[in-house]
Amino acid sequence: MQDTLLWSRILTSLTLGFHIIFATIGVGVPVMIMIAEWLGIRRNDPHYMLLARRWSRGFTVTVAVGVVTGTCIGLQLSLLWPSFMQIAGQVIALPLFMETFAFFFEAIFLGIYLYTWDRFKNRWLHWAFIIPVVIGSSASAFFITTVNAFMNAPQGFTLENGVITHIEPLKAMFNPATPTKVSHVLSSAFMTSAAILAAVTAWLILRGRRTEYYKKALRLTVLWTFVFGVGTALIGDLSGKYLAEYQPEKLAAAEWHFETKEHADLLVGGVLDEKNQQVKGALPLPGMLSFLAHSDFNAKVTGLNEFPKDVWPPLFVHYLFDLMVGVGVYAVAISLLFLVIRIWNKSQEWNSWLLRLIVLGGPLSVIGIELGWMFAEIGRQPWILRGYMRTSQGVTTSSDVGAMLILFALLYLVLGVVCIYVLLRMTKKNPPEAEMQKRGITL
Amino acid sequence: MSIELLGITILWLFLLGYVIVASIDFGAGFFALYGKWTGTGEIVNQVIQRYLSPVWEVTNVFLIFFVVGIVGFFPDTAYYYGTALLVPASIALVLLAIRGSFYAFDHYGKTNTVFLFLYGFTGLLIPASLATVLTISIGGFVEKQGNNVVLLMGKLFASPYSWSVVFLALVSVLFISASFLTYYANRAQDKQAEELLRTWAVFWSFPTIFASFLVFLSLRNHNLEFFNNMLDVSWLFILSFAFFLCAVSLLIRKKSYGLAFIFVMLQFASAFFGYGIGHMPYLLYPYVTIYSGVNNPIMAEALVWAFVGGLCLLVPSLYLLMRLFLFNAGYVQGRK
Repeated sequence: MQDTLLWSRILTSLTLGFHIIFATIGVGVPVMIMIAEWLGIRRNDPHYMLLARRWSRGFTVTVAVGVVTGTCIGLQLSLLWPSFMQIAGQVIALPLFMETFAFFFEAIFLGIYLYTWDRFKNRWLHWAFIIPVVIGSSASAFFITTVNAFMNAPQGFTLENGVITHIEPLKAMFNPATPTKVSHVLSSAFMTSAAILAAVTAWLILRGRRTEYYKKALRLTVLWTFVFGVGTALIGDLSGKYLAEYQPEKLAAAEWHFETKEHADLLVGGVLDEKNQQVKGALPLPGMLSFLAHSDFNAKVTGLNEFPKDVWPPLFVHYLFDLMVGVGVYAVAISLLFLVIRIWNKSQEWNSWLLRLIVLGGPLSVIGIELGWMFAEIGRQPWILRGYMRTSQGVTTSSDVGAMLILFALLYLVLGVVCIYVLLRMTKKNPPEAEMQKRGITL
Repeated sequence: MSIELLGITILWLFLLGYVIVASIDFGAGFFALYGKWTGTGEIVNQVIQRYLSPVWEVTNVFLIFFVVGIVGFFPDTAYYYGTALLVPASIALVLLAIRGSFYAFDHYGKTNTVFLFLYGFTGLLIPASLATVLTISIGGFVEKQGNNVVLLMGKLFASPYSWSVVFLALVSVLFISASFLTYYANRAQDKQAEELLRTWAVFWSFPTIFASFLVFLSLRNHNLEFFNNMLDVSWLFILSFAFFLCAVSLLIRKKSYGLAFIFVMLQFASAFFGYGIGHMPYLLYPYVTIYSGVNNPIMAEALVWAFVGGLCLLVPSLYLLMRLFLFNAGYVQGRK
């Protein structure tokens, strides 16, 4: 029984962990495609048009993996957590349902967008078809995130002896966690996608591709990494304030904040001696936790000792939290550095060290997304529905989860490897230079 | 109409939509593979690719839609089916995942025989595995043992009924797909492909109708209650057979393939609804009915409204998709 719980948790995190890479790309890349094509038409610049075209081609391959892994998690919710879905499914059915509508919408218009390049005389008409794709992908992220927000801050129903009554679908959807969660998910997806595209471009430039096309691509992607990165950081701060009010045990665990204190320190790094609640080697930022929690350096922050020990989240979430924030800071700092250098000393724009740092930013941002989700999900343990249902109460009674874990692990391995292989081949077999020549675009 | 009945009718309609759209897709994958083996691939591939490329993603959504909808309307199904179907549903998921992604890999990335093989072969396995869920729903294969819900695999594999359903699923996928693609090839003015696909459609029509009778007969031995319920609406099945005859005669006489495909859809729709009505009120015999553990009426109402709103978005978008691709002579013939 205990094994089933563990395997189910691992399988769910494996599926989600794999899916969110493609989901993030699925939400963010259409925005970048939209911007690039807009610039292309606006400035009558074939380079930007080509960027949009090439990005959307690679995007299709990642969408396919996103779709199939999304199908997996959609069904696994009922397969692995049947008791949870029997209860919560009643309250979250609406956003789940609407998510599929949004997804439907996106799927239809992505098909149209991909197959109508050069089909209309008015180029804005083709551009307009990416808008429903952006709306659809962001809306499905919105709806599915409200479901996750609901699990963190359940409301809009009454639960008595396992029976749910007084359901208010909209109240459940627009719970206190929804605004910060949704905006953080969206902005970080935009930032990560821009950072990935910037990384690809920087990598190609490092390999010696130094034409105007790459220069434009790098400037565009780094600029948007910065914009979305700053947005993500600001919303991250709001998320801290949400946690302090509604899930104080999660924030306290993230910061190893045991005693309720005023003027609380934010800890960076460090190692915890769990027995004595002593932290070694951390860099304390005085008053910053109070500021993160309540916008006031002297405010009182609830400590973990106020809660019974059996509802404590695992304390290693501190590392996840720190690393996630670190990645965000890195992405913003590097893109700012690039922008400053560009203005201040243009000759250093293609400095190879700067390019290497930008390349690193791509995978780091993906890792940041993973860490952020791990923090959010592990940080609400032991609850599957905070305050209502423990994770152990929601799990399936089937005894075959271990075997299914192996099956899906193999599937994701194959999908991941083949996807990367196909994407690499696409660029190699049809490099931008060849395509520019074919279309008669000057380099 | 009660909200439960409305809910299941909506969902049933969606499942029918999935059956039709997915059949075209699954069958097309198999035909593409078969074409490659027998050297006729070049003839049909053009037609298949032109149709599938812009719509393959939409197919998948129909299925997710149904699953999410049924759990939303009838949360008890999540508990029973979720627990019982862990292994078979996981296998179906893996097949679906391989099929969907490898289509994109093959089509947008690099054409590759292995990719095409995986894509085509899974196209036959998936309908078989999904049909099994329908088999299970009529009872006798799922048992509640204490707190656990168990799928009796041995019984499922030994049952003539379950095999006849699998057989029906396979042949009807090929029949539906071939008859649609015949129409599509005709629109594309691709005479060669049209002729080949037409032969396939006629060829697969006979096993389809044979399998339907087989399912009917074996159901009688498996669950007499359902069988009798279905006899009460036998007019639907007679109608279905009539539609089938119309479709086949049009195909044989090489006339109005569009109408022929509409008849094929009507044939399946009437049989599907006959089967569905016979199934009522059970979702999983005898544990879950549409009334047991039904969702809170407020939520059910919200879902119906969401559904109406969603359709207002979907129908025009789907119409646009069809106008631009399926029914756009220029695109179909490869000029755009």
